[in-house]
Amino acid sequence: MTGLRVQSIGPSVTVQDQGRLGFVASGLSRGGAVDLLALSEGAALLGQGDDLAALEMAGFGGVFQAECDLRIALTGAVMQASLNGAALRWNASHAVPKGAELRIGAASSGGYGYLHLGGGIDAPVVMRARSTHLNSQIGDRVAEGDLLPVGEDPGGPVGQVLDVATREDGGTVRMVRSFQTPLFAPDELTRFEATVFHRDMRGNRMGVQLNPDGAGFQAEGGLTVLSEIIMIGDVQMTGDGAPFVLLPEAQTTGGYPRIGSVLPCDLPKLVQARPDAPLRFVFVEMEEALAAERAFAAHLIDLPRHITPLVRAPGDVPDLLTYQLISGVARGDEEH
Amino acid sequence: MTTPTSQNWPQIRTVGINGMLVSFADALSEPSNRAALAFRARLEREGWDGVIETSSTLASAFVRFDPFVLSHSELHTRLKTLLSEANWFDAAPPEGRRFWRIPAVYGGPLAPQLDEAAKAAGMSATEAVTSLSASRVRVTTLGFAAGQPYLGELPEAWNLPRQSGLTPKVPVGALVVAIRQFVLFATSAPTGWRHVAQTAFTCFRPESDTPFALRAGDEVQFVSISREEFEAIRTRDKSGDGGATVEPIK
Repeated sequence: MTGLRVQSIGPSVTVQDQGRLGFVASGLSRGGAVDLLALSEGAALLGQGDDLAALEMAGFGGVFQAECDLRIALTGAVMQASLNGAALRWNASHAVPKGAELRIGAASSGGYGYLHLGGGIDAPVVMRARSTHLNSQIGDRVAEGDLLPVGEDPGGPVGQVLDVATREDGGTVRMVRSFQTPLFAPDELTRFEATVFHRDMRGNRMGVQLNPDGAGFQAEGGLTVLSEIIMIGDVQMTGDGAPFVLLPEAQTTGGYPRIGSVLPCDLPKLVQARPDAPLRFVFVEMEEALAAERAFAAHLIDLPRHITPLVRAPGDVPDLLTYQLISGVARGDEEH
Repeated sequence: MTTPTSQNWPQIRTVGINGMLVSFADALSEPSNRAALAFRARLEREGWDGVIETSSTLASAFVRFDPFVLSHSELHTRLKTLLSEANWFDAAPPEGRRFWRIPAVYGGPLAPQLDEAAKAAGMSATEAVTSLSASRVRVTTLGFAAGQPYLGELPEAWNLPRQSGLTPKVPVGALVVAIRQFVLFATSAPTGWRHVAQTAFTCFRPESDTPFALRAGDEVQFVSISREEFEAIRTRDKSGDGGATVEPIK
């Protein structure tokens, strides 16, 4: 077994894939990457399937040493990254030769960054997926000294960059009404759409709180609602009236009233918003929501067309030796 | 839109963009839980194309589906047709249910809130153990954590409110009580319910071929055993069953 050795690691780094569907009846939520778009972007950069597992780094990465030649891609929240001291471009793929040191630092946005390996991270499959599910004690956080085993990599391009529109600037997040939306008075719903929110720094894989500029929101039924099924993206109103957006590791059922449900295609923008970036919500009809999801699915399929070779200016090459080391393991045809 | 309390039951509503919920009541009751279980079992048998998974909660059956394979309007029509086929409140319980006897130590240092819960229920500790250990309860739903059952209903005396503060942590296998229900903890977690007994039962076994020990509809009795018996079970049991016995319900 070989792969990437963890020399030091941030506080909340886990192996994630698309999670596990099919167990909600038994109380196990899907889990999987918080930013599924970032998972697909990494897969596109490495020319592999988006069902492979990657490393999800909440806010901070770590220091790693390659125990074999690797291809990597970096996606999601932009983090400081370097290979043997030379800065690495984010939303790009790179060759990492055996013995090289990869450093991934902080995300200035506080969001989720992803490190992908060519061949995926070959973590054990438990119940049809490799995802760590912290809340159900499947797997655990990555720890210092761990080896992230690499799956068989058929090889492919490196030195590629993906044209990604930033999703750290906030903006308008679309929601659909859900079965508990009528628990909120019409003027509360109107006020909800008119309110600017900011992502709280204390989020985790179960959910993230959004802080309103102004008063909180209350359901008319209060806290006597029967515990009912939860969907990822549901916006739950807790006691103090601040909305809490439920994420892949949320509990499967809950008794707090939910004002609506964020479209899956808009979740990446929400979870990756910088804490100072304004977020607003707008309710859309189901037809418009499904059209948006369809467009998102088409965008995922189209990702490879947004990839171009990474052109290095001579001034960007800090160390000739490092450069040659990288070129030495690349196929040699991808940067021309 | 009207408020749920003024609407008639059952009703079909959407959850997110790819969920549909068939609700039989807005409060837990034996008939509505029975209806939810039976209707979900029926949905499983139908096996419609485009259905990703189904589940039941306390009083609802849930369908997650692919709206690009099975449209909202088509699914709504099919659910309505199924609903009209029977009085689901009277439906027979689903097949394949089992009766579990799970050994439990009531009270003492392993379950420190028995005395407090007994007092709140107006009983002596001995009466409380007799009442709780004699109750044959049904798994009304699995939820909150993987494989974690809600079980009911207990006798009326156990209609206790949640405690105002949270117990910071109960261990795996803790049996807690409130609002005429038990929860058997699948993970170590905080709770507002009172910890009255401790089992050596593991509800969620991710490495096993059958990761979820219990299913909605199963019936359970938490048989009272001594601390010594409990320790003996804990020492020898590697299966996660914690000394439980199980038989099919015919």
